Amino acid sequence: MTLALGRRAGDWAPALVVAIAVLGLWEGIVKGFHIQRFLLPAPDAIWRSFRDNQGTLWHAGWFTFQEALGGFAIGCGVAILFAIVVARWDTLGSALMPYAIAANAIPIIAFAPITNAWFNPLNKTSKMVIAAVLCFFPVFVNVVRGLRSVKPQQLELMRSYAVGELTVFRLVRIPTALPFLFTALRVASVLAMIGAIVGEYYGGSLDSLGANINQDASLSQYEKAWAEIAIACIFGIGFYLAVALAERFATRWQPRMETAGS
Amino acid sequence: MSVVEISGVSKEFKGGTVALQDIDLAIEQGEFISLIGPSGCGKSTLLRIIGDLIEPTGGSVTVNGKSARRAREDHDYGIVFQDAVLYNWRTVAKNVALPLELAGWDRDKRRRRVEEMLDLVELRGFGEHHPWQLSGGMQQRVSIARALSFEPSLLLMDEPFGALDEMTRERLNAELLRIWQASGSTVVFVTHSIPEAVFLSTRVVVMSPRPGRISKVIPIDLQQPRTAATREEPRFFELATEVREALHLGGLVEVTA
Repeated sequence: MTLALGRRAGDWAPALVVAIAVLGLWEGIVKGFHIQRFLLPAPDAIWRSFRDNQGTLWHAGWFTFQEALGGFAIGCGVAILFAIVVARWDTLGSALMPYAIAANAIPIIAFAPITNAWFNPLNKTSKMVIAAVLCFFPVFVNVVRGLRSVKPQQLELMRSYAVGELTVFRLVRIPTALPFLFTALRVASVLAMIGAIVGEYYGGSLDSLGANINQDASLSQYEKAWAEIAIACIFGIGFYLAVALAERFATRWQPRMETAGS
Repeated sequence: MSVVEISGVSKEFKGGTVALQDIDLAIEQGEFISLIGPSGCGKSTLLRIIGDLIEPTGGSVTVNGKSARRAREDHDYGIVFQDAVLYNWRTVAKNVALPLELAGWDRDKRRRRVEEMLDLVELRGFGEHHPWQLSGGMQQRVSIARALSFEPSLLLMDEPFGALDEMTRERLNAELLRIWQASGSTVVFVTHSIPEAVFLSTRVVVMSPRPGRISKVIPIDLQQPRTAATREEPRFFELATEVREALHLGGLVEVTA
């Protein structure tokens, strides 16, 4: 379930072996076949660049991560609100659904220059909007499904207790929707990071990862560009794991792989 | 005064299916009534009308002298479905305590009652388990404990043991009788098992389909308390035969169709 959390060291070993093997193979192929460094630099060169530029790299990563986090919060927040409205009032649902689908159809790469025009491109807001648009759809769709996947008999039981709709929401619909919500949040955490970087590609502060990757690639500093990609991955994975951890905390009651059936 | 008074109840669903037609039935305090019939005879619909989970298109139902709606709002009945319908995110104890929570009982009182109820259904020590850790039969006992936790005067059961294997079903039948006698409540029990209906009931209401009607009411005069030996008495077989014949008579349309 929750990937990579709370596992024993033994569970990590196979993945570690794969990582070492891939890096070794990569290094060997680049050296052995004399592959041009603009195509693919060797891992040790990337590592040296990473080490030499550590300060600016972490700084840029953190800058971009803040944009991703802001966009994630806005996109997911709006999506959850929409989902509640749609799940509760069917008519409003059919009024809003086409626009939600349209939002998902926005080609995000084309949209990035536009948000840069709307907001100051050096400002974090323009990137947050892109990240938010990307996060919106998966969260919206999953939460609607979650809120609606309550079994009819659970609602009949609540009716037999003669409780109001708000109580049903709190006691039944929200807990039922939580696993759906977290599945979507995990997807959204990764999308938010991608959205922020794509936005930065089309003009952003030189404090940011995307602008740096763009610039270093055009200045033939391929090793540094790869080191920046690595930093983006590190933040992306960290974000994903944080969401997974929150999920584990919020849905403690769920059977886990390790304990189920025991 | 009857606990449940059904007079002239009909139910027609959208699209014109007549689920129930002119049902009259009075259920007295302390009775154990089984509704039995082939699928489509409206037995579950009738149960839901008593519980005000759906509304009849004609006729009226009173529970404890009140309208069905009022009785529901007053928590006059507890209900058990074919599935246990437990909330997976709550422990067993918190599932049983749910109706008490909604009725505003304080924590100590709730805890004491939950313990009593878990004792009653022989699940002492399982309070902190989660529903998915229990077998189907145990889950259904939790759901019975939940339905009885607030001491409703009426217990509605919709094929509660229908999804269980025969052995578990017979054991839970005996347990249910014990609980019924201990709690003194009135039970309306929907089933499609003839031996189950005969073993449990004080009266068996045989229903027939299209439209759903009561075709016969058979009083069950087997001695209380009933035990495993009851199932082997000649009278048990006589009564089971009577129910079966009433079912076939009423279900004739279905057999020839």
